[in-house]
Amino acid sequence: MALEAASSAASEYVIRQPLITPRVRRWIVSALLAAVCCIWIYPLVWMVSASFKTNAAIFASEGLIPSQPVFDNYLRAWNEANIGAYFFNTLFVTVGSVLLVTIATAMMGYVLGRRKFLGRGFIFGLLVFTMFVPQGYTIIPVFELLSMLGLGQSLWGVMLATTGGSFVIFVLLFAGYFSQMPDELEEAAKMDGVGFVRTFWYVMLPLSKPIIVTVIVMQTLYAWNDFLLPLVVTLANPAIRTLSVGVYAFKGENFVDWGGMTAASTITIVPVVVLFLFLQRYFIDGLAGAVKG
Amino acid sequence: MASSISTVPHRAGLGHRLWQSRIDYLFLVPGMVIFGLFILYPLFASQWFSLLNWSGFDANQAFVGFANYAELLQDKYFWDAFARSFIFTLSTVPAQMAVSLVFAIILNNKLLRMSALFRTLIFLPVVTPVAIIGIVMTIMLSPFNGPVNIGLLDAGLINRAIDFLGDPNLVLWTLAGIFVWKWVGVTMVYWLAALQTVPAELYEAAKLDGVKGWQVTFFIVLPMITPFAIVIALISAIGALNVFPLIQSMTQGGPYFASEVMEVYIFRNAFATLNGAVPRLGYASAAGVFFGLAIMVLTILQIFAVRYLRSREKPNGA
Repeated sequence: MALEAASSAASEYVIRQPLITPRVRRWIVSALLAAVCCIWIYPLVWMVSASFKTNAAIFASEGLIPSQPVFDNYLRAWNEANIGAYFFNTLFVTVGSVLLVTIATAMMGYVLGRRKFLGRGFIFGLLVFTMFVPQGYTIIPVFELLSMLGLGQSLWGVMLATTGGSFVIFVLLFAGYFSQMPDELEEAAKMDGVGFVRTFWYVMLPLSKPIIVTVIVMQTLYAWNDFLLPLVVTLANPAIRTLSVGVYAFKGENFVDWGGMTAASTITIVPVVVLFLFLQRYFIDGLAGAVKG
Repeated sequence: MASSISTVPHRAGLGHRLWQSRIDYLFLVPGMVIFGLFILYPLFASQWFSLLNWSGFDANQAFVGFANYAELLQDKYFWDAFARSFIFTLSTVPAQMAVSLVFAIILNNKLLRMSALFRTLIFLPVVTPVAIIGIVMTIMLSPFNGPVNIGLLDAGLINRAIDFLGDPNLVLWTLAGIFVWKWVGVTMVYWLAALQTVPAELYEAAKLDGVKGWQVTFFIVLPMITPFAIVIALISAIGALNVFPLIQSMTQGGPYFASEVMEVYIFRNAFATLNGAVPRLGYASAAGVFFGLAIMVLTILQIFAVRYLRSREKPNGA
C-alpha cells in the first residue's frame, strides 16, 4: 500500500503543469475516458438491453432502455434452449478443474521453486518448452485419450482435460513466488520439528494466497471460456454441452431469435463478471506479480 | 536453498539421491499426471497420428509415413491458413500492446477520477466468454439492422451497410479488431504492473529538474519498462495463437475460407468436414505438428534473442 501511495504522489508530479491546472486536466482526461469506456462496453450493454426486449423491439432498434421490458427471453433460453442444464454442466467443469489445478500446481510449484532434486532442471525445461503449444495441436490426441479412458463423451472428460489449459503458466507462477520466500521460514519450521508436508500446508501455502487467488480466477475464466474441447467432446452428446457451446448451438438453430440469444448470453456472463468484481483486486495484483516474476 | 544442495555428499549414489528427494517426487505426482496426460502425451501422440491415414475409427488406421506431410505441402488451404495465423498474430500483438499501454499510462495516475471504474470497464470484455462475444458481435456487425451499421449510416459516415463479416477482404481485420478489443484489458494490467516498478523518486527528481510530464513518460518511464515489454509480448503472442473460439463462433473460417486460421483448418479436417467427407485425423495432426514445430522454432529463436539483448544490457551478467 505504501507503494501505491508513493506512486500516486509521483503521478501528481507528472501531471502538474503550468498552463492548465492539474485538476482541470484530470477532469478533461476523465471525461474523454468515460466516453471511450461507453463505446468500449456498448456491445455488452446492448446485449443486456436486448435480452429484455421482444424480437420485434430489437429489430425496430429503439433506445437502450426497453419501453416494455419482458422476461420471456430468459424463460425461453432457460427452458427451451437448456441453458439451465448447460449452466450446471459448466459449473461442474469449472469447479472440478479449479480444485484439481490449484492443488496440483501449488504442490508442483513448491518443490520446483524451493527444493533441489535430480531432474528439476529437466522438468523446468519441459514446462517452458511446451508453453507455446497451441490447443489446435493437442486437441486430437486429447480427444482420443479421453475416448480410450471411456470419457470421450462425458463431462468428467471435459473437466479433466480442462485442467491442462493454462497448467504450465500456473506452475511457473507458483514456482516463482515460492522461490522468493525467505529460507528462514522453512528453517524455523524444521527447528520446531514440523515435517515437510505440514510446513507446506500450514506455513507456505497460506503465504501464497495472492497466487492461489490468481490461479483460481484464471482457471475459472479459462474453464468458463473454453470452447474447442467442450465442442469436440459434446459433438455427439448435446446433453453435456457447456454454456459456451450451448449458446453457440442455440445461435445455429435459432438465428433470428436475437432476444433468446442475448438472454442466454447474459446468463452466461453474469457469474464470471460477479466473481471478477469480487476478486479483481487480488486478481489484478496476482497478474501483476506474474509479469514482475 | 544452496545449503540443501551441499548437505548431499557430492558423490552420493544415484539411488541415494533419488531416495533422499522422495518427498519432492511425491509432490510432483499430481501435477506430472496432468502435465503428462494432457500436455506431454498429446505432443508426442500428434506426431504418431500425423503418420497415419485415419478417420477416427481404430480399424481404419493405416501407416502412410510422411504422405500426409507431402500432401500438406501441396495444399493451398493449408498454406493460406498457416499464413493467416501469422498475419493475425503479427497484427494483433502490436496493436494490443500499444492500445493497452496508452490506457495503462493514463490510468496509472491514481488521482484520476474513477480510474478504478475505468479499469474495470476496460477489463469487462476479458471476462466475457469468447463464444458470447462471438454471438453479440455477429449481431452488432450484422449488415441487416446491426447497431454498428445503423449508427454509421445515421451519422452519414457510410452510405451502404458494410458487411464486416461477409466480405472476404475485410473479415480477418474485423476479427483482429474484435480480438484486440477483447484482450486489451489483460495486457493493460500487465503494463500497470510494470509501471508500478518505476520508483517514485524518479518522478520527483524529474520534477525538480523541471522536466515536463510527457518527457518523463517518453524518456524515463518507457525505457524503464521496456524489459517488461518482451514478457508481455510473449504472453500476448501465446494468446493470439489460440484464436479458435472467436473465429469458430463468428465465421467458422468463412466466407470462402477467408478467415480460416490454422486451428480452424485442423478442426475442419478432423471433426467437421465439409459435405460429409470422411474425417482425416492423421492429416489434421500433420497440420498441427507442422504448425506447432514452426511456433516452437520461433519461440526458441525469440528466447535466444531476448537472452542476447539482456546480456548486452548487463555486461557483468545476471
